[in-house]
Amino acid sequence: MWKPLLAALALTLLCACRGGTTSQPVFHADGNPATLSEWNVISVKGGELTLSGRVVPYDLNSALFSDHAHKLRTVWMPEGQMARYDDRETFAFPVGTIISKTFYYPRGQDGRVLKSEDQTVQKLNAGFDLNAFKLIETRLLVRREAGWVAFPYVWNEAQTEASLKRIGDIKPLTISGPDMAVTQFSYVVPNVNQCAGCHATNATTKKLLPIGPKARHLNRSYDYTSGPQNQLSAWQSLGLLGPISLTGETPKNADWRDDSFPIAQRARAYLDINCSHCHNPNGPADTSGLNLEPDVPMGPALGLCKLPIAAGTGTGGRQFDIVPGAPGKSIFTYRMASTDPAEMMPELSRSLQDEAGVSLIETWIAQMEGDCERG
Amino acid sequence: MTYKTYIAAAVIPLGLLACSAEDGATPTQLSYQDTLQTQLLDAKPGDVITIPAGVHPISRGLSLSVDGVTIRGEGMDKSILSFKGQVAGAEGLLVTANDFTIEDVAIEDAIGDGLKVNEGNNIIIRRVRTEWTNGPSTKNGAYGIYPVQTTNVLMEDNVAIGASDAGLYIGQSKNVIVRRNRAEFNVAGIEIENTIDADVYDNVATNNTGGILVFNMPNLSQEGSHTRVFKNEVYENNTKNFGHKGTPVASIPAGSGIVVNSNDYVEIFDNDIRDHRTANVIVSSVFSTNYSPDNANPEYDPYPEAIYIYDNRFSGGGNSPDGLDLKALKTAMYGMTGSFPDVLWDGFYNEDKSKDVAMRICVNNGDVGVINADGPGGYKAPSKDRSMHDCDLPKLSPVKLSLAE
Repeated sequence: MWKPLLAALALTLLCACRGGTTSQPVFHADGNPATLSEWNVISVKGGELTLSGRVVPYDLNSALFSDHAHKLRTVWMPEGQMARYDDRETFAFPVGTIISKTFYYPRGQDGRVLKSEDQTVQKLNAGFDLNAFKLIETRLLVRREAGWVAFPYVWNEAQTEASLKRIGDIKPLTISGPDMAVTQFSYVVPNVNQCAGCHATNATTKKLLPIGPKARHLNRSYDYTSGPQNQLSAWQSLGLLGPISLTGETPKNADWRDDSFPIAQRARAYLDINCSHCHNPNGPADTSGLNLEPDVPMGPALGLCKLPIAAGTGTGGRQFDIVPGAPGKSIFTYRMASTDPAEMMPELSRSLQDEAGVSLIETWIAQMEGDCERG
Repeated sequence: MTYKTYIAAAVIPLGLLACSAEDGATPTQLSYQDTLQTQLLDAKPGDVITIPAGVHPISRGLSLSVDGVTIRGEGMDKSILSFKGQVAGAEGLLVTANDFTIEDVAIEDAIGDGLKVNEGNNIIIRRVRTEWTNGPSTKNGAYGIYPVQTTNVLMEDNVAIGASDAGLYIGQSKNVIVRRNRAEFNVAGIEIENTIDADVYDNVATNNTGGILVFNMPNLSQEGSHTRVFKNEVYENNTKNFGHKGTPVASIPAGSGIVVNSNDYVEIFDNDIRDHRTANVIVSSVFSTNYSPDNANPEYDPYPEAIYIYDNRFSGGGNSPDGLDLKALKTAMYGMTGSFPDVLWDGFYNEDKSKDVAMRICVNNGDVGVINADGPGGYKAPSKDRSMHDCDLPKLSPVKLSLAE
């Protein structure tokens, strides 16, 4: 009874993209494959991006801002393997897991890229036409015997292949959009150490971990070819995720762009995915005493009336991380709005300002009550 | 004089090098940063990565995360990593590794911090120069040399110039020796923050806003204590504060020699300290800055306790304090032409704890005076009474650090 159902589900998911190939990804247990195609996770065929067999796309409730880039995320595990569910932490993935994240933009006029909030990743079903999209880079996180390893691959201009750039790269891009003037910027592909800058969420063990595949980020619906389904239940049905009971208790972050959620939930979801990989009690930014994990209560650890420690230029002349009711006096919004590498937050992943994100945090701080009385 | 001559000698060849590098910016030179970053990525424990002589333009922050690596240049005035054109990265070189040594290299004009070591044991930083070459400016990066959350650290014979926060900084660390360094034209010359067991000696700190700082900030992983500051030359740290408002050092008055802020068990002895226009030594609490108990974790102790100042050689200073409150206080207490005594205390203390002599601020330094500025009373009832400070404390044990032997 149960097995045929599972198989049927699996089949529909396997065909998550039109023209999906049946050949499967290749797990390289060691070495640094020079091209993305050696992994056979995604490939370009006939001007379209396609996923290989059993490669499952996924999306997050709220995602890291990366200069308005769109992201196609996928996960693949060796046949018969599954990840172990956890309510709070990154799922424990089996050796052989390959997670990919492809950064791309809709193409605009005159070689520009387009700022658009449209979730084109959901359009995989309709085909991923490379005349419409420009691929920038694909980052892999691969679970090897000794732990996760990061590989940044940069796509060529012809969009036929991506090559390993362990030292990272800088891509000059020009972006514009309906609400954005034509802007030139340096798109920064991280080097392997900078991958760890975010993914080594514990600065003591320095072990890399995926950040997105946590219950609270994945607990949302995804438009599979078979129709919309909650991602956690889909992964479970596919045998990709271990014992889990999907009740109302399963953690779920807000989609910070969805204003039907309360402002505080949206703000905390934003800070979680953009900041807490460093700003947690064991992360690289624990030196600051600022903890932006989603369950930290309101207080100095979350930034409320907190004095900066080593912000340098990043204070912008402001005295506290958050001054309730006064976003214009809060260091948070100054560092988020800045694009100066000496002062901006996050330190990595962007050269542009996330205007909507800044505005969200401004609104959140503006509605807080109280003040930062001096002693 | 000898000192100035040294600076001039160091600067001229640098200028020439910088010009020739720009003139001949060949693709080979530009790709050096790729070569170096690849070496840093591919390093194995035990490797020595050498930085050849020359000015090497670097446009993106460098990073190392492999344990047991040594980075070695040919001299702090020869092997120069120049970050003048840096477009990415919050620091010049970021190290997240144990058993790390860096020596004989310069890191110039980083957009953020110069050299940051974030978590690591057994760190040696030796004969490294971090400098912002256009002189003191708020636009300069925050920290020159910046190990944080490290254990067993030796910082020796370094030069730090122009940082908009601290030239040589060590934070949230354990077992540290900072010796024979030179810090000049930074906001804070040398800063020991939230660190346990530090010996700071044989350093020269001059022309900073504050010479040597021993601080404790709230909300951090550990509170610092047990720092010995001795045999240093600390003089004429009178540069206008160019720090960023909101940062802990932005509240340092120009003309501060040695400053202890909210730290405990600090010993200041056998130093030459002179000619600081605010005061040669300041002992204070974060209450004097932006702090209120609402800003901090409840267990945080804002009072400086068990501070022992003895056998230093003081001269000059205290004649023109920075800031209106202090200026008014000086004039009221000592007249237009008078000066503060060598030790300025902001007056915040825990009355209960201070009943125990062992927790007091003790000054046994000849006839050196102490002024209690009465910070708690809004500077209204300052006092020259130093009877509370006529005491001695048990001496702290020297730091034992095998890396330094």
